[in-house]
Formats: sequence, C-alpha cells, structure tokens
Amino acid sequence: MSSEVIGLTEPGLEPAWRRRSGLNPSLLAGGILVGAVILAALVSYVWTPFDPTHVVVSDRFQPPGQGGHLLGSDALGRDVASQIMAGARNTLLVGIVTVAIALLIGVPLGGVAALYRGWAEELVMRFSDLVLAFPALLLAFLFAAVFHASTLTAMGAIGIAFVPVFARVVRGAGLQVMEQDYVTAARTFGSSALGIFFRHLLPNVASVMIVQATIAFAIAILAEAALSYLGLGTPPPTPSWGRMLSDSQNYLAQSSTLALWPGLSIALSVLGFNLLGDGLRDLLDPKLVQRIPPQ
Amino acid sequence: MTEQPETVFRVRGVSKRFALPRQAPWLPRRFVAAVEGVSFEVLRGESLGIVGESGSGKTTLLKLLLGLEKPDAGELRYLGRSLRREVQVVFQDPVSALDPRLSVADIILEPLRVMGLREPRESRLHELLQAVGLPRAASGRYPHEFSGGQRQRIAIARALAPRPRVLLADEPVSALDVSVRAQVLNLLLDLRRDFDLTLLLVSHDLGVVRHLCQRLLVMQSGRVVEAGETPRVFAAPTQPYTQVLLAAIPTLSQRRTA
Amino acid sequence: MGVSAATEAVVRVSDLSVRVGTVEAVHSVGFELAAGRRTGLIGESGSGKTLTALAVMGLLPDGLSARGRAVYREQDLLALSEGELCRLRGDRLGMIFQEPLSALNPVQKIGEQVAEPLRLHRGLGARESLARARELLERVQIPGAVEKLAQYPHQLSGGQRQRAMIAMAISCSPELLIADEPTTALDVTVQAEVLRLLDRLVDEEGATLLLITHDLPVVAGLCDRVLVMYGGHLIEEGAVGEVFDSPRHPYTLALLESIPSLDQELPGGRFQAIPGAVPGLGQFPSGCPFRNRCPRATEICATMPVLEGEGHRAACWHPVS
Repeated sequence: MSSEVIGLTEPGLEPAWRRRSGLNPSLLAGGILVGAVILAALVSYVWTPFDPTHVVVSDRFQPPGQGGHLLGSDALGRDVASQIMAGARNTLLVGIVTVAIALLIGVPLGGVAALYRGWAEELVMRFSDLVLAFPALLLAFLFAAVFHASTLTAMGAIGIAFVPVFARVVRGAGLQVMEQDYVTAARTFGSSALGIFFRHLLPNVASVMIVQATIAFAIAILAEAALSYLGLGTPPPTPSWGRMLSDSQNYLAQSSTLALWPGLSIALSVLGFNLLGDGLRDLLDPKLVQRIPPQ
Repeated sequence: MTEQPETVFRVRGVSKRFALPRQAPWLPRRFVAAVEGVSFEVLRGESLGIVGESGSGKTTLLKLLLGLEKPDAGELRYLGRSLRREVQVVFQDPVSALDPRLSVADIILEPLRVMGLREPRESRLHELLQAVGLPRAASGRYPHEFSGGQRQRIAIARALAPRPRVLLADEPVSALDVSVRAQVLNLLLDLRRDFDLTLLLVSHDLGVVRHLCQRLLVMQSGRVVEAGETPRVFAAPTQPYTQVLLAAIPTLSQRRTA
Repeated sequence: MGVSAATEAVVRVSDLSVRVGTVEAVHSVGFELAAGRRTGLIGESGSGKTLTALAVMGLLPDGLSARGRAVYREQDLLALSEGELCRLRGDRLGMIFQEPLSALNPVQKIGEQVAEPLRLHRGLGARESLARARELLERVQIPGAVEKLAQYPHQLSGGQRQRAMIAMAISCSPELLIADEPTTALDVTVQAEVLRLLDRLVDEEGATLLLITHDLPVVAGLCDRVLVMYGGHLIEEGAVGEVFDSPRHPYTLALLESIPSLDQELPGGRFQAIPGAVPGLGQFPSGCPFRNRCPRATEICATMPVLEGEGHRAACWHPVS
C-alpha cells in the first residue's frame, strides 16, 4: 500500500461561489426586485388596501393619494395599488406555469437528443426548428380561437413556444456531459440511459437550465402582458398588469398616471428576472469562472 | 506446475470501422477503419501493454473490450462470468473521470449502486479508500478539492469497487505531474499483486509499459504489428515500426552533441 | 556567471517576480541566456516556468503583473510599451506554443499566417512574403508546401501545424526563440522529427533557444544548459551534463530518478516516487517550496536558501553531494 501523506486542502481549486466574497450586484438587484414581486403577491392573499375587484363608480379617476387610493383609481373606481398587488399573483402564476410547461417538455426532449443521438436527436432538433419558425402570437390566436381565451391558453402558447429553447440548451450542455469519462465509466458498469440522465446529465446541466429559466420567466411575463393587452390572455375581472395597461389606454386623457403603474410593474419585474438570471449565470456557470482567485 | 493459463479475453480477427460524415447526400458513405483484423488473447493474471500512437486504434480496441462498441467483424469474447462486473476501467483525464456534482463516497460506490450489489457500503468504502491510499475524510469531499494524482486514486477506487478481475487503464498517468506519476504507477503495481488483477494498460509511454507489463502489443493504423514478451520486444524488435518507435523515445542518456 | 566570458548574454533576467492577483507565483528569478546557447527551463504545473517566459515576452494575461528586469540589448523588456514590444515580437523574439491549433488563426490560410511577420516587420509585399512563406514551409519540411500555403490549420496534421508555427517563429530569423512545450501534444515519432527539425534550425539560424518543458529527456537531447523551477523559485541551474549527471537539489535528483529507465530493471521492482502532490498556487510552503516533500528537509529550510555555486548553482541548505 502506498503510505504517502496526502493533504486535502487546495483552495486554489475551490468552486467559484465559495471564493467570491462580495455579493454580485446584478444578483442583489435582481433578487430585491423579484423578492418585491413575490412579497406583493403573497401579501395580496391576506391584505390589500381595497378589494381589487370592487367597483365604486363614484370614485372614478382618483389621482394618486386621493381618497386613500395610494396610486389612484381606475375608470371603474377600483384601487390601482390593490390591483397591482393582486396582479403580481397572476404574473407569477404565468411565469411559473409557462416555465414549468417548457421545462417538462423541453428538458426530456433535449435529454433524449443528447443521450441517444442519431435519428432521435435529428427528430428533436427538427421539431425545435418547426416550433421556433411558428410565430408564438399565431399559436396564441389559435389556442384562443379553439379553447376560448384565458390565462391558461396564454400560458400554454407561451410555454410551448419556449420548449425548443430548453430542448436546445439541455441538448447542448448534455452533449458535453455525455463526452465526459465519468459517463463512459457509468456505461461500463451498466448504468441505463435513464440512470445516466438523472444521475449525471441533469445535475450537470442544472445551472445552465436555472439561468435559462429565469430569463424565460422574464420573457413570459412580458408575453402574457402583451397577450392580455390584445385580449388573448387573462379575462376580466382577474387583475392582470397587461390588461390594466390596455384598459388605461382608453382613458389617457382623464388620467395620465393610470398607464404608468402597470407599465412600471411589468418593466421592473422583467428587469428583476433578467438581472437575477445574469447574476445566477455568473454564480453557477463554471465556464465563466475566473481562473485567478481574488483574495 | 503444468496448469494451463486461463484465457480472459479472446479476440479473433476483430475489425471496427466508423462512418465519415457524408460529403453530400447523394455521395456514397465513406468509412475509416479504426481496428482491422486484430487477434490476441489476454491471460488470467498477466499484465498486457497496448502501445501505439494516435490513430493506431488502441482507444477503439479498449472500447471494444469494454463492450461499449460492437465489432463489425471477428470474434471478441470475455470468458469470465460477467463483463460488466469483472472488467473495470481507469481513464486518462482525472478531471473528466469524476462527476463534479457527486461526493467521493457517491463516486466510489456508484458501481455497487448501479449493479445493485448488496454489500455493507460503509466498510467497503473505507477498504477502497485505504487500498488507494486516501484518508477516510476524503469520502465526504468533492472532486475539485483534490489534486490530479488524488483524483486518479479516486477513479481507481471506483474501478475496484465491484471487485473486478480485469482492470483496463487508458493512459492512467499521462495527464499527471511528472513527480506524482510514479506514485500512481506503484499503486497499480500494488493493486495487481494484492487483488490478483489482470491488467491491460493502454499507453504511448514505453517507459511505463516496459516496467508494468509482461507482454505488449504494438499497434499501428488499426493493426497489431508486433506482439511479444516485453523484454524481448525492447531488446530485439522485429518490426520496422517498433524500431522507429523505440528509437524515437528521448532518454536522459542521449545528450546533444554540441 | 558560469557562462564563459566570451559569450555575451542575449537576455539577462534579474529579480523577476510575477503576481497572479495578489498571490506571488514567481519569486525573484534571475538567469542569463547566453548568445547561441540552448537553455532548457524545466518545471511541473505551478512551477512558474510558463509565467516566467510570458513575462519576458510581455504576454502576461490580464490580472497578472510582472516586476523586475529582463534586459535584451540594453532595453528592459518589462519596461517597454506594448507598441515597442510588438515591434520586437515575431521579429527579434520568436515564440512557439504547445497547442498549434489554438495558436494559429483557424480562418486564415497557412501561407498568409506564415507570411504575416515578414509583411509586418520586413515590409515585404504580398507576393514576396508569400514566396518567402513557401520557402519557409519547405525549410520546416512540410510535404506539399505549395498546396499547404492555401490551406487552413484544420487541414493539417498536428505535426504539420507545429512545423508551420516553427516556420512562422523563424521567419524573421529571431535572435531569441522561446518554445513552450513545443512537442508535448505530439506523438513520440512526430515529436522526435520536430525536435530534430528544431535542433537543425536553431543551429542554422544561430539563434538562442529557451525551451520550456516538463520533459527532462527532451532537454537532455536538445539543450546545453538547464534551469529547474519549482514552486515559483529557480532552484538549480547549470550545464546539462552537470545537472543531469550530478544534481545538487533533492528535487532535481528525485525528478531524474522518477523517470523509468528503458534498459534497466526498476530498483526494488518499484517506480521511484516523490511523496505528496504538487501544491496549488499560493499553497507552497514558505521558505524552500519543496521542503514538505523533501527527505532532507530540516528546520532551516523554512528560510529560502539562495542560489549558490559557480556555473552549477543550486538553492538548497542540504544539497546532494
């Protein structure tokens, strides 16, 4: 037996997240913005300043601060602040469900392509091309026409439009993983394709997937707002930032600030998720890890 | 002793070719032969070196032996009970060999888990760590915390986990620092003796093969061009390619004549 | 210094330190490259051998900084501006890298790349420089030089690419040629050919060669002087014959012993191992960097010894006699 003394500490090889001392600014800013959206959504379940759907015609077009309406009231006298808070629920729901749809379909497809190569990969990639070439808006129209426009049809259309993105990301990162010797070793002692997928492939592409999911989340929020604006998304009376924006457009003459609040909410939450995605990418992606340990 | 040495692998006329990407859809597919008409036997308990340069087919041969590729022609048989369990492999690159997301314990015990072998995991893990000269404390750590030589020890421990009878090593020290190579080579020597292993060493480093292998095959362009007892091949190579290969190795005693 | 007084130094490096971030990776290294001599710089990963060479060439990547002097013809290379360095590199200073595939531009034809230094430094026109490039490719014995001029790096074999890079490096007849692991990525037989070629060209050009490698036998066959680095320190230097036949630093001795002989059995049937592993950057012990792996180490080794000796110098408190 060899009897050499073996030291175990080599901080030069520490992973990036352990070596980084300061918090990365985009992660921090993104985290605060996303945290605010989540907080607003959660609080809205137990408390909002007013009932967000309660119509008080006498209270129409209150400017911000008047009559207890922090951000004013809309054309039907509903409290804007309460609607924004309740709308955050819808926004998060849309983000979560669309990303979930895209992940549930896209990840297995990308995994199959990376694991089996050959015609399976060809099939997945051509399917991806097909979906990517098909305008997402047209898909949303189609769903709305067949199933009656709702949050669900909007989420379905956006989710499916995202499937190729995840399939490609998982395939690309997965192909790299499949070339590693530890996968070959796993094959020599008889690991099944499913075993390799869950044990080696998924954990090693997780970081890329998380980053992609945050960015997809941001785009999904924007897409749902756009669809609701066009009347293809969340139907009334459920509060939705996109529909608030489209409603406010008709009354720009009466209240110029009415469009500001939902617009700002959409912009800030999209920015928040994008920053979070960038921050997570720096944190998790080993390819971008700087080689030099800052001390 | 008149006991006939037992054959572990029987390889007869094995060929393997790979399709090149088509130049155009209407042109016929072209192939490149990676291994062509290779025949040899591996005997129980011996250590056999497979020597060759890039493109010689030695890596393809290794994959054929591991059952990761199927031969296009010829016969390749493992004559033991279970290839999966009894034949294990150690690769060249100690970084790529270990999944960065798994702990050392998970890595080493992975073969047992996959094969569903019932064994007290904890004690087996400690046995294996001891066998490759790593402290017990290593088990909860992750690959990035180890140096190249230590990672190679972890990879060797994983290969030993299912109690293999044959160990294939593909350039096991080429990627390591010069000053730690000898440690890993000595470990292979020890393990061969202690666990009665049959060793197949694929290498371009003739110095290593010279001292680790009793017999060697020299490969060139997919064919075995010379085979024999190591001392004999080194002392009196019969094939021109083997002579060129041996003459090409730089040695400390060959000094520049200024 | 040990070099005979008649030969002047092409490059005189003194007190050279390289920092990686805030960690010092090369610790005040000093040596001379005598005109027309071939010096081998030996070291493992983390020894600082490549950083030393990059610092001399002014090619340190961002985040790394060098201190000290590297004097070439009365100019301190470390003090030159990027523009002044550019005028020297590829002209008076040639460099050959380990991996020709990444050192060559994948989307530029071989001919243009080999001709580029001639256009930049010699002001040759397109036709003239291409004709010279063809001669150079023939000189480095690339078969079918005329066709290779119009090909891209991926169409050449590994050995041919390395030859093309050598052709590029010698195109302006450099005074100093630095080769960083030039044959490590090549097969043994190809390595032997490339080394023979390098040997001949250096002779013909009368160039001074600095060969950086971890491979001791390669240095034995190509160089006449040798520098040994470990943990960012220069720990031994001298003529190849002296250092390889009677090493004074225990690390050099251990390295030499760890190379298995081709014609003798292993002593005791075992490979001669050096205990422990090469520490990571900034993890070497204070004082002598080898003391935690050294059989001769004592308390005094906690202080770094200076290089001592005439001609054959070693930095060790307990040198091998």
